[in-house]
Amino acid sequence: MLKIKNLQASVDKKSILKGLNLTIKPGELHAIMGPNGSGKSTLANVLSGKNGYKISGEIIFEGENLNDIPIEKRAQKGIFLAFQYPLEIPGVNTNIFLKTSLNSIRKSKGKKEVDTLAFLKLVKEKSSELGIDEKILSRQLNVGFSGGEKKKNEILQMKILDPVFSILDETDSGLDIDALKIIAKGVNSSRDSKKSFLVITHYQRLLDYIKPDFVHVLSDGKIIKTGCGELAEELEKTGYSKLN
Amino acid sequence: MKSTEIEKAKEYKYGFTTDIESIKAPKGLSKEVIQFISKIKKEPKWMLDWRLKAFDRLKKMKEPNWQKPKYPKINYQELYYYSAPKSAQDKPKSLDEVDPKLLETYAKLGIPLKEQEKLSGVAVDAVFDSVSVATTFKDKLTEKGIIFCPISEAIKKHPDLVKKYLGSVIPITDHYFATLNSAVFTDGSFVYIPEGVRCPMELSTYFRINASETGQFERTLIIADKGSYVSYLEGCTAPMRDENQLHAANVELIALDDAEIKYSTVQNWYPGDENGKGGIYNFVTKRGACRGKNSKISWTQVETGSAITWKYPSCILQGDNSVGEFYSIAITNNHQKADTGTKMIHLGKNTKSKIISKGISAGKADNTYRGLVDINKKALNSRNYTQCDSLLMGNKCGAHTVPYIKNKNSSSVVEHEATTSKINEEQLYYCNQRGLNQEEAVSLIVNGFCKEVLQQLPMEFAVEAQKLVGISLEGSVG
Repeated sequence: MLKIKNLQASVDKKSILKGLNLTIKPGELHAIMGPNGSGKSTLANVLSGKNGYKISGEIIFEGENLNDIPIEKRAQKGIFLAFQYPLEIPGVNTNIFLKTSLNSIRKSKGKKEVDTLAFLKLVKEKSSELGIDEKILSRQLNVGFSGGEKKKNEILQMKILDPVFSILDETDSGLDIDALKIIAKGVNSSRDSKKSFLVITHYQRLLDYIKPDFVHVLSDGKIIKTGCGELAEELEKTGYSKLN
Repeated sequence: MKSTEIEKAKEYKYGFTTDIESIKAPKGLSKEVIQFISKIKKEPKWMLDWRLKAFDRLKKMKEPNWQKPKYPKINYQELYYYSAPKSAQDKPKSLDEVDPKLLETYAKLGIPLKEQEKLSGVAVDAVFDSVSVATTFKDKLTEKGIIFCPISEAIKKHPDLVKKYLGSVIPITDHYFATLNSAVFTDGSFVYIPEGVRCPMELSTYFRINASETGQFERTLIIADKGSYVSYLEGCTAPMRDENQLHAANVELIALDDAEIKYSTVQNWYPGDENGKGGIYNFVTKRGACRGKNSKISWTQVETGSAITWKYPSCILQGDNSVGEFYSIAITNNHQKADTGTKMIHLGKNTKSKIISKGISAGKADNTYRGLVDINKKALNSRNYTQCDSLLMGNKCGAHTVPYIKNKNSSSVVEHEATTSKINEEQLYYCNQRGLNQEEAVSLIVNGFCKEVLQQLPMEFAVEAQKLVGISLEGSVG
């Protein structure tokens, strides 16, 4: 699915990722933990293709080097990023945004566009599956949404767009336990042998609900430790500083 | 004008021919040319006199020069003020002969093939769908006593109405371009809605058969009698392939007691090329008078075309409790310039006005909102709300907001809000991450920014306007 080789990224000559290696196979869920400023969000941004980073190393996604592939092409290939801070776009109806998005992705794959009726049916199905009030989709995109609603909206989008590789960038931060369960449900119900996930989190809490195949500790732009689920629990007790 | 004078005009040294297919007034602006226009249109004497009065006035006037976008001096003696419809032989025979770039735009707008032919001036014979549409249309309107015809026809058939109202909102002494229009206007629309009648359909220039041949000096007059309602759509969604060409139209609206007029424009004249060569000078005077009590005039404009757009659709709120509204989207890209806004003149008591302006500037374009809110001493308890938002794309464009507010009594309230922002890179990133390419993302965000104005448009226009917003900004980011 994804092979990251010696990935380095810098912004304004400030080096953030300093030789990161990671391999994610189909069906795997990897968690990345690490202290503030370790490069977690940068990794998410760089994988999605965000502009403004100076990159070296390789990101191979399904056998293809992504380095020169723009953001929307990566999204069309099935890379989804649930944003840490989803953007507000005033005046744009969430449903229309999502339908445009779904159809852009379908078009790129040579599939027929879905019409409004079929789309609304899909929305209804996915939102009730997650227990999300579909009313949020008839509001302006993220405008006036609570923190929890924004994050739930990200997960609902993930369900509807059905990507093969999803990155969750601290989707759990600031959520109450009920919202956290909805996020977990969104991920768990999507897991199958073909789809992979990269879950970035600060806390072990989320990993009580989402069971990772691997946990990596990111520190100063590198993965310094990799383990299975227990590593997260261990970190929760001891903190990151012990690892250095 | 006496018939001998007409004879003289006919023998004018440049020589007018009488063959209607090849009629063309000589270049330049003169009494003779005005006489010629009036004669060709078989106008009554009072109309010619009116034109000549305007022309006399014009000679004493100067072109205004206070606007932000400057332009090279126009040589009025080099312009043609009248040219008869091109004969069928001169027109492209089929769409194959039309500029493919133009067709590409039509395709993007989703304009049907038949319509494309009409818009690009392809000679289509009488078998044209809209002809029959227009006829059934006309029958329905006549039934209700509604008059909807070319103004040249109204001058002949309804002289009392035209005499009473023409120039009553935009007097022939008004300003240079308005006066020029009064002297040389060639055609335009005339609408009269009788007392108590609600016009059963949106009136649109598109349905007027001769619409595509109206000249560069259009004159439109709309009268809504007591308690009537009309919605009028002025659409030029056809990008005209022209060199710098002056369009100085006048539009006058009159709403009597309890009447309402909604006037919507989608303007997409040729804006010039990427380097600012060519394009239309869109210097239009639009003014509505809410003459009766409880009357309402609402202007909605989507201005995406023209090299320079310079216009202020205005409302004179004379009647007590009358309402004026102005909803505007002005998009400028490449080297386009716009200096547009409105004037709300509050004269009656309890009058209300609302101004929502959205300016979008990209490329090297320059976009100015200029608006006047003038609340008279006697306009007690009046209100205005103004909101001007500007959106900038890139670093080479400009946006300016120039409000003039005069509140001459203490019982009235004026509110003004203005914002200027740059298109947000993070929003674009978010859209891109959801699979939208740069152009789709820009179109989506800008349409969201303009939403309050777009939702004022009648349905059939709104869809087209939304697409136009996207197309106008193509290539402006990244």
